[in-house]
Amino acid sequence: MGGGEFTALKGLDLQFQRGEFCGLIGPSGSGKTTLLNIIGSLDVPSAGSAIVLGHRVESLSEKQAARLRSKHMGFIFQTYNLLPVYTVFENVELPLLLMATTEEERREKVMAALKWVRLLDKVHSRPSQLSGGEAQRVAIARAIVKEPELVLADEPTANLDAQNSYNILDTMLRLNEELKTTFIFATHDEKVIRYLKRKIYLDDGEVIQDEIVHAGA
Amino acid sequence: MIRFLLKGLLRDRSRSLFPVLMVSAGVFLCVFLYSYLNGAIGDMVDASARFDTGHVKVITRAYNELASQMPNDLALAGAANELEKLRTGHPRMIWAERIRFGGLLDIPDEMGETRAQGPFFGMAIDLVNNNSPDLALLGVAKAIVRGRMPAMSHEILISHAFAEKLGVVPGDKATLLSSTMNGAMAMHNFTIAGTVRGTVRFGMVMIDKSTIIADINDIRTALDMADFVGEILGFTEDTLYDDDRMIALAEAYNTAHSREEDEFSPLMTTLGEGGVMGDILRLSTFAVTIVVGIFVFAMSIVLWNAGLMNGIRRYGEIGVRLAMGESKGAIYRAMIMESICIGLAGSIIGTIAGLAASYYLQIVGFDISDMLQKSSIMISSVIRAKVSITSYYIGFFPGVFASVLGTVFAGIGIYRRQTSQLFKELEV
Repeated sequence: MGGGEFTALKGLDLQFQRGEFCGLIGPSGSGKTTLLNIIGSLDVPSAGSAIVLGHRVESLSEKQAARLRSKHMGFIFQTYNLLPVYTVFENVELPLLLMATTEEERREKVMAALKWVRLLDKVHSRPSQLSGGEAQRVAIARAIVKEPELVLADEPTANLDAQNSYNILDTMLRLNEELKTTFIFATHDEKVIRYLKRKIYLDDGEVIQDEIVHAGA
Repeated sequence: MIRFLLKGLLRDRSRSLFPVLMVSAGVFLCVFLYSYLNGAIGDMVDASARFDTGHVKVITRAYNELASQMPNDLALAGAANELEKLRTGHPRMIWAERIRFGGLLDIPDEMGETRAQGPFFGMAIDLVNNNSPDLALLGVAKAIVRGRMPAMSHEILISHAFAEKLGVVPGDKATLLSSTMNGAMAMHNFTIAGTVRGTVRFGMVMIDKSTIIADINDIRTALDMADFVGEILGFTEDTLYDDDRMIALAEAYNTAHSREEDEFSPLMTTLGEGGVMGDILRLSTFAVTIVVGIFVFAMSIVLWNAGLMNGIRRYGEIGVRLAMGESKGAIYRAMIMESICIGLAGSIIGTIAGLAASYYLQIVGFDISDMLQKSSIMISSVIRAKVSITSYYIGFFPGVFASVLGTVFAGIGIYRRQTSQLFKELEV
């Protein structure tokens, strides 16, 4: 994987099922973000094949990859990446603007997403008026507003304190259980790891452990 | 999506207001500098044309050779016929007869003895005819400080400083002492009708010195120049000099009327042709082109850089939009459209402000007479801007093209990188 002399991932053979709440766990440089990028069709493998939601990532054009992300995927980032000049409502609305949705439909979906993350009272607030936890909940609402099949989250709790991290994880778990949205995390945060139903440990670009956590475990 | 982007653009002052202000300032400076230099050169050309060279000038070939000596012995014969021919042949031009002469102005006391005396530079124009084009061209009436316009023959105007030096007031008598075109002594009595001041009225410091303005028919009589004229000056109707048109006019005229073997045959010269004025005009035009070119280029780099920085500053937003599923092409196009809007808005505001300031300076002017007290060249003491067609569009080069180019280059970075690499750089 990767370009030139550096191989970020090697010998991977992984399958993810719909509705999984799964984490790619490993230290920095273990290849978890690269794998997340490939799953998110932001990168292509230099050898081998990656099939995401029925699409072969390496054969997608830039436009097709963008369309795949637009329709089926949501992203949650470590630093929230909310657009500061827009309100909470408008930030959550952004993914829907890229799809052919009516204004009415957009309003309904945005309000539903904000209700999910319990931020209806912050609809008109700007990101600068939110706490870190609230900002990340807005980012989650933005990721799920189009009801994607897959949500990719790169270190989503890295900038949050423990209490906010647990709140965020509770929210995501609830979404996973009630909407059957697949979540894939890249993380090395113990708090996140505790919530995962499947833990894939990576080291130096290789899977060293793939563990399914059974309910009650 | 357009409404969404527009909303963001308007709310984010660092993306809209500040870039627009920056572009406006750059464009304003370009427009103003161009108009100012254009005006400074234009004023010099205009002053020289009105007082000395015309846009074209008909003289004899021999007079042309010695023009700086005001050689009235080489004046053009058949003046009335030549003037009529020019007016008929070129009705869209303004034609004016002039005789330039020099001599002594003698101020007598009650006994007829010399009370004061001084050398002068004289300009004979069609002064007592109300329809004279020269009155408007030279703005004589507006230049009067004391007294009135000459209303009849044998009345002259003299410069205010000269009048003070000689101790005369309007109504006093003065005797012109000069030489006729045949080399004989010329004496002619005049009444001073009024005094004129250059610095205040003409905008010409030189007129403040020892100048007299007399009616051309009086001077013809005084200098024995019946049906002769020193120069016939031609001006375009709008008094704006057009080098190409004047050269074509002069070539056609000279082909038809001028004969090399006859030194007394008429010759038409243009303002830009030969002589000091021609050199100044060419040098000035070249200098203006270079200065404005360098300035526009410098402003282009500044605004290009601003466009580039603005694009780079928004990498975070771009990363989010890529992740949301917007294609690179769509983002790139939106950035360029945004940049065009900013560039256009800034250019329009900057051009309006630049034109307004230039118009103000065109009307009011900037008085540099203090710097020209000892000047002996024909240069206006009030520098004015001049708004031309170019003033309306010159600011759009740095304003729109450079800003957009900066964004295009900033955007290429986004367009060409692999998305994941871009994500890493965006720190998304």
